[in-house]
Amino acid sequence: MSDPGILNVAGVGADALDGPRGPKPRRRFSRRNIFIYGTLIVVALYYLLPLWVMVVTSLKGMPEIRLGNIFAPPVEITFQPWVKAWAEACTGLNCDGLSRGFWNSVRITVPSVILSILIASVNGYALANWRFKGADVFFTILIFGAFIPYQVMLYPIVIILREIGLYGSLTGLVLVHSVFGMPILTLLFRNYFTSLPEELFKAARVDGAGFWQIYFQIMLPMSLPIFVVAMILQVTGIWNDFLFGVVYTKPDLYPMTVQLNNIVNSVQGVKEYNVNMAATLLTGLVPLVIYFISGKLFVRGIAAGAVKG
Amino acid sequence: MAAARPLGLFRNINAKIAAIPMVLTALVVFTGGTIWTVVYSFTNSKLLPREKFVGFQQYERLWGTERWNVAIENLLIYGACMVVFSLVIGFVLAALLDQKIRFENTFRTILLYPFALSFIVTGLVWQWLLNPDFGIQSVIRALGWESFDFDPLYNADIVIYGVLIAGLWQGTGLVMCLMLAGLRGIDQEIWKAARVDGIPMWKTYIFIVIPMIRPVFITTLVIIASGIVRLYDLIVAQTGGGPGIASDVPAKYVYDYMFQGQNLGQGFAASTMMLLAVLVVIIPWAYLEFGGKKRV
Repeated sequence: MSDPGILNVAGVGADALDGPRGPKPRRRFSRRNIFIYGTLIVVALYYLLPLWVMVVTSLKGMPEIRLGNIFAPPVEITFQPWVKAWAEACTGLNCDGLSRGFWNSVRITVPSVILSILIASVNGYALANWRFKGADVFFTILIFGAFIPYQVMLYPIVIILREIGLYGSLTGLVLVHSVFGMPILTLLFRNYFTSLPEELFKAARVDGAGFWQIYFQIMLPMSLPIFVVAMILQVTGIWNDFLFGVVYTKPDLYPMTVQLNNIVNSVQGVKEYNVNMAATLLTGLVPLVIYFISGKLFVRGIAAGAVKG
Repeated sequence: MAAARPLGLFRNINAKIAAIPMVLTALVVFTGGTIWTVVYSFTNSKLLPREKFVGFQQYERLWGTERWNVAIENLLIYGACMVVFSLVIGFVLAALLDQKIRFENTFRTILLYPFALSFIVTGLVWQWLLNPDFGIQSVIRALGWESFDFDPLYNADIVIYGVLIAGLWQGTGLVMCLMLAGLRGIDQEIWKAARVDGIPMWKTYIFIVIPMIRPVFITTLVIIASGIVRLYDLIVAQTGGGPGIASDVPAKYVYDYMFQGQNLGQGFAASTMMLLAVLVVIIPWAYLEFGGKKRV
């Protein structure tokens, strides 16, 4: 707390001797700092507000919600809404809560993440180190395909899935997620493998290692960070998906997001806002936990989409 | 590309096997699926796709439908506001975070967390916050301002702005992050030179820094734009397209006609229009970005 004084004294001394030199001494509470921190704190509070409201609403009883103010902390904390959202909330005829959607989402997300990363990493490796004639053409189509609105491809995929007997099944949805994860993931892996020193690859070739041997023994161990980035990207993306879940699965296989929407936006019955908010938080919890744990890697994952190859 | 390599299907066979999923996706799903939808948008398919071609009839009906025109208008309003506000807010926040401040990581973490949430969660939270009986409106009225009116989700004229509030909350963090990455790439010497010349900071930003990170702006713009066209989940969760059809968007129109209205032809025509809209954005960008050079 005594810093400003010391800095000022030093500043005066330098001034008196030979004019200003070095960085300008800053006071901690300069008008500039108040402006910067003030703005950032207000914006940060605004961004946190919905999370706060979700949490407090989910911990209140309905009588308290009807009387009170949505921003106020709960007077009497109750976990009943959470229990109800998880195990008892109804969608249509099923009254077993969001747990069903949660487990569906797990059964969709885990295989989709593994399959899509497997395909894209091998493919990216092939594109980076084993280029063949025509590879660039397909890759370009793939990248441009990422910009085509999903709506254009929704129905043709219904037909394809129906032909191979996977329409309405979780396996079908896993395939769809793998297909649509391919552009960004392939780009990610291709760029990463391209950035590795080429000598490494050449040395392995000279030693007689083949395609798969180099992939498993050299590339894979060296690229763990990029696999983590890809995993974060895919887990959050697939967990948060709504459109594919609603189009390609049946009601009892709906992922968590679809079930959440059906619970909250159902027209029958009395609206229980606390249960709704508990359900919303439960659905958002998985990506939020991943986000707060992964920190910088998450940023790297989303920035990967922005960096052109 | 190594030119010396001889041709032959079995040359480099492992790489080709590894690329089979990519080739199938690129050819069958992306190219094939797109062409299929465009072709069938010229038929009068109802419940099932049929090869009965009717020319531009579906498109005429599409543009003659009030609901589609509302959807397009909403998308234009939402899109324009989203682009302008998220670029401006995102850039300003990035510039503030770039002032060598303390707790930069904390601020960045807070500003970006909504991006980790799904549009469904975003839509439902804001539906609750904007609920006129319990949300922001009722809180401010309880403070004594009895005539305060803020119920965008129940007012057909401004409902799309209610959605915009939620969309901005979710998406600005990403723009900020991309901009911050761009600003970090600026040489510190430029700042020193500008300071020596006595150029005010805001002028340095507008006339020197922004032109320098133009590529970042363009990439960000493309990302925002492709997200806008896909706007669907947020609407479904927050308003369900209502009140009435007031917050409908093209993606919802397509879904409803394809999977609920059993009018496939309309759905195909509407999705082809969406494709066209994306091409209008993507082609000039691809041309600017890769024009002439063969590089992706």
